[in-house]
Amino acid sequence: MKVVYFAWVRERIGKAEETVEPPAEVRTVGDLIGWLAGRGETYAHAFETPRVIRAAIDHTHVPPETVIAGAREIAFFPPMTGG
Amino acid sequence: MTVPVTIRLQEADFDTAREIAAMTAGRTDVGAVVSFGGVCRGGTDGDAIDALTLEHYPGMAEAEIGRHVEEARTRWPLLGVTVIHRHGRIVPGENIVLVVTASSHRQAAFEAAEFLMDYLKTRAPFWKREESAAGTNWVDAAAHDDDAAARWIKS
Repeated sequence: MKVVYFAWVRERIGKAEETVEPPAEVRTVGDLIGWLAGRGETYAHAFETPRVIRAAIDHTHVPPETVIAGAREIAFFPPMTGG
Repeated sequence: MTVPVTIRLQEADFDTAREIAAMTAGRTDVGAVVSFGGVCRGGTDGDAIDALTLEHYPGMAEAEIGRHVEEARTRWPLLGVTVIHRHGRIVPGENIVLVVTASSHRQAAFEAAEFLMDYLKTRAPFWKREESAAGTNWVDAAAHDDDAAARWIKS
């Protein structure tokens, strides 16, 4: 699945998007955050405080317990500061 | 007639008067137009900034604003909605965002504009990064913005 990152999540990881293939036991958005955080120092830094990370599946906000099966694009980003 | 809805994300500036005129031209059903303009401030708490850079999530930003506009239309009898949000580098004094709402009477137009702005601040995928003499840093989300959006949640 395609994963995209924005703002300081993107900067800390050092890339805007990538394709990942997490193992089957990674079922939810929260699981995916935990799995990504284990991929290296940059990821651990980006996801060091999971409760502040916001997520969207296919352009819709989702809570961490959301199942990721069937998602085309999952986004991770900090709390929004537009307007 | 169908209610005109305009949603635009753009780097370029916009002309508020022209956007209002475009919504109301040739119509006699509108009795109230409310516009809100968000402008780049030169400083926050006394710290001068040189510019803001707004990052956004293309595709989701349009979709999310569209969902809020539809929600506003179910809550108030609106006759027109325009939302324009800029991205890219913006210097103090320049426009950032415009919301225009039209209705037969003022209450719906006022409330819908406020509702849309409260949700734009907390749910539309935009992020501000400040440039100042001290360097660049991402703007923290404000708890009072979450509180402002929360008051519209129907119990």
